Amino acid sequence: MAGVRFENITCRYGNHVVLKNFSLEVKESEIMGIVGPSGCGKTTLMRALCGFMKPETGNIYLDNRLVYSASKRVNIAPELRGIGVVFQDYAVWPHLSVWDNVCYPLKRHKVPKAEMEKRAAHALEQVHMTGYEKHLPSQLSGGQQQRVAIARALVSSDELIVLDEPITNLDAKLREEMLAEIQRIQKDIGTTIIYITHDQAAALRLCDNIAVMAPDGHICQIGVDEDIIRRPADRFVFTFVGVSNFIPVICRSGKVFTENGEYPVDTALSDMQEGGRYDLGVRPMDIVFDEKSELKVTIKSVTFLGDQYDYFVDFNGQELRIECNALDALSHRVYEEGEKIGVKFLNVRYYPREEGTAS
Amino acid sequence: MSQYTRKGVNKDMAALDGKHFGLDKVLTIICFVILFIIVFVPVAMIFYVTFISDGKLDTHLFTEVIADKGNIGAMWNTIKVALGATLIGTVMGVFFAWLVGRSDIPTKGFMKVMFDIPYMFPPFFGAMAWDLMLNRRSGYINKWIVATFGIKRSPLNINSVWGIIFVECCYYFPFVYKQVVNAFERMDPTLEESARIAGASQGYVIRKITLPLVKPAISAGALLILTSSLAHFGVPGMLGFSAKIYTLPTKIYQLFYRTTGSFEGIREGSALSILLILVVVAALILQKYLLRAGSYDIIKGKATRPMLIKLRGAKVPLLILAYIILFIIVVMPLAMIILVGFLKAYGLPITLANMTLDNYKQVLFNNTMVADSIKNSIFLSISAGIICMFLGVMVAYVIVKVKPKGAIVLELLSLLPYAIPGIVMAIGVILTWSGRFKVNLYNTIWIILVAYLARYLSFSMKSASASLQQVHPSLEEAARSCGASHFGSLKDITIPLIKPAMVAGFFLIFLPAMRELTTSVLLYGPNSRTLGVAIFSLRNDGYITTASALAAIAILLIVILNSIVNAILKDRKKG
Ligand SMILES: Nc1ncnc2c1ncn2[C@@H]1O[C@H](COP(=O)(O)OP(=O)(O)OP(=O)(O)O)[C@@H](O)[C@H]1O
Ligand SMILES: [Mg+2]
Repeated sequence: MAGVRFENITCRYGNHVVLKNFSLEVKESEIMGIVGPSGCGKTTLMRALCGFMKPETGNIYLDNRLVYSASKRVNIAPELRGIGVVFQDYAVWPHLSVWDNVCYPLKRHKVPKAEMEKRAAHALEQVHMTGYEKHLPSQLSGGQQQRVAIARALVSSDELIVLDEPITNLDAKLREEMLAEIQRIQKDIGTTIIYITHDQAAALRLCDNIAVMAPDGHICQIGVDEDIIRRPADRFVFTFVGVSNFIPVICRSGKVFTENGEYPVDTALSDMQEGGRYDLGVRPMDIVFDEKSELKVTIKSVTFLGDQYDYFVDFNGQELRIECNALDALSHRVYEEGEKIGVKFLNVRYYPREEGTAS
Repeated sequence: MSQYTRKGVNKDMAALDGKHFGLDKVLTIICFVILFIIVFVPVAMIFYVTFISDGKLDTHLFTEVIADKGNIGAMWNTIKVALGATLIGTVMGVFFAWLVGRSDIPTKGFMKVMFDIPYMFPPFFGAMAWDLMLNRRSGYINKWIVATFGIKRSPLNINSVWGIIFVECCYYFPFVYKQVVNAFERMDPTLEESARIAGASQGYVIRKITLPLVKPAISAGALLILTSSLAHFGVPGMLGFSAKIYTLPTKIYQLFYRTTGSFEGIREGSALSILLILVVVAALILQKYLLRAGSYDIIKGKATRPMLIKLRGAKVPLLILAYIILFIIVVMPLAMIILVGFLKAYGLPITLANMTLDNYKQVLFNNTMVADSIKNSIFLSISAGIICMFLGVMVAYVIVKVKPKGAIVLELLSLLPYAIPGIVMAIGVILTWSGRFKVNLYNTIWIILVAYLARYLSFSMKSASASLQQVHPSLEEAARSCGASHFGSLKDITIPLIKPAMVAGFFLIFLPAMRELTTSVLLYGPNSRTLGVAIFSLRNDGYITTASALAAIAILLIVILNSIVNAILKDRKKG
């Protein structure tokens, strides 16, 4: 039930600036996903929020109270921020049993014994770890330790829980169940949840809002899942949230042509510059076969994946990937290697060409 | 349900970072102050009294001391002994390590136990025992040689530079042995095997593959021997005085006693100490330079079972040789000390008729000096062990986790005593704690305790810092986010996690402190003799049989304590 606001924070390790003038707002009781590639500074952000590291500049507000400010020299101790955390490396204490690990935050908050036992047992049940109370972490698998870490975070705060890659070691079924559990907690209790991951699929599935971070630590886009998928703000977000094809194109007299083959692909958008070079981004799902189209591709290989066909095709000397729903494919026909057929690009996005990024 | 996150917030809103005096800062300051007082000041005082007189720089004393012929001689003796002990000890250590670690020699288990024995005992016990056997005039073996071969003088004489080297080797070769056996046991056997398969001969494989692989372990062990023997007092102290052979540590001791602890004597001792420090530092630099050549990562962390080399025909001769050496370095001195402890008077033939229990009885029940010395040693080792354990953890915590601006200074200060010989530290401690700074501990047991803290703190610090490095920061952070204060996270998480290292750190100090001689021999007063000092002075005052009896009892005590420690540490591993 606590909102979070980062204002212009800058974090660095030695000379390595990880976050620069970073701002982000998380509303009360929402699930905010923070996704970004490895090393972009997600854990660093979490550490700044929890008070484990001091940003050089900026302010952090928790529920509208200032918990950190570089200029006003405010730095509230981590234990007084009331944030539940699942650490990326679990940080389950090896010398304490599962039960003692989960009870620790409740003891620290001086919860009466009866309530403590009830809540700890409930948390273990939520993560499907009932029956392991007496085990030491060394006797648990990685995924089990991870679930103990989640249970511990659940009992340590009702206000705000930060989960840093909380389900990397779980199998597909358990992942689903954990995500459902997290969603339920947010619905029932209204806990604000910050969910850090590089698995954009889980984030899309779970989160109300998603912030996508670039490798250099700045936020490229914040939005609901549909925004991120349908309207990626830039080339990085586009590649990050799914498999992507990029085709170098050029804008001439209101039309978009492929750069080398001179095929007209599309009519130009209003904000495109005459003579400008762009990358046309298109998802494999959004390339459809159309016998009548002038844009021809040559099939190089086909793979059947159960519910879809994966094609690798040659377009103008460039390899593209096409995914075709199995049902659609069967309604016309499955193309074979060496065939030359027309295609259409749907839902294309144009991104200004950056030097050295042409595919 | 949200009440506990808000509780105390108002109070903490005032805890602005600048004004807030965090636990980390307090710990850092305490560490700096303590290390400054117990390590830096004594060392600095040695330089101060040597080079400053009447408030002015004065190198007169130092140049005089290093120009003195006797002192130069002592310096050469020190270097000779150290080099000799290092060379021979290293060869012995590598030989036995190879025999136990890589060959198919039988009775390895028994040999391993035997090698632990010289590791446990202070070398000056050995010196005492060998003096009983090989003293030029009165040694039992020498008397037997003279009688048997009808020669005037035995060619063997333990009261010589070679004698000193020999005894030090017996006690220092396990440094190399232990390191190298460990490396052999962790060596990747496929390296040797593939060379053999490629057609290389056994000798070639040993020279070109095996030895280079264990080179880092050999040099680490050799360095330990070198620095230990440069700083060593006990053996030359037992064997050298009667033949007027001095090394720098014994020269310092002799100077101190000749001048009966007067300030001039201490000043001269300080100047000599600086010379000794210079020699040790030169050795350390030389070693850094020699070891610069790459280190190998082919030694794995996991224990593997390397292919053992078949000795074939060489098996029996090597086995016999190994047992002869073990008999000479382990059994003979031990037996000698125990037996002489039973003699009515030193010099009598060792026969049953000349035996008595009086010495043991006297030592155990009638000698208050001895009883006090045992009590003092136990008190000193336990208190030094406990205090160093906590101090060591604190310093290690500040260096590893807090990492303040001057962390490197802190680390250097805590490791400085490694390069400072015990006898030098004793001089520094005398200079610091004899009233110059309003505290006079001279002639009390407390001055020995202070010296032990300075000497041994680095042991527990190293042990704690290795273990703290294994404690990932997120473990402590998790406790904080669960509502623990900084102190709470230390108490509940960090300290329990490094407890095994703390216990190990305690014993790393307790055991050597129990048998310590070098430092206390300069610091003891009438009522603060240690076990080592009691044996040393009994023997030097001519009570040789009593001294032997006490040494035998000390051996028993050390064996018992050692097995208790081993049992505790083994339990820990199993648990
Ligand atoms: N203790 C540290 N000291 C120095 N640099 C660090 C430290 N921790 C992280 N970094 C650097 O800061 C950058 C951001 O690290 P961070 O852990 O925040 O990444 P992340 O986004 O959490 O990555 P991942 O998804 O792999 O966990 C990385 O480039 C990393 O090299
Ligand atoms: Mg991370």
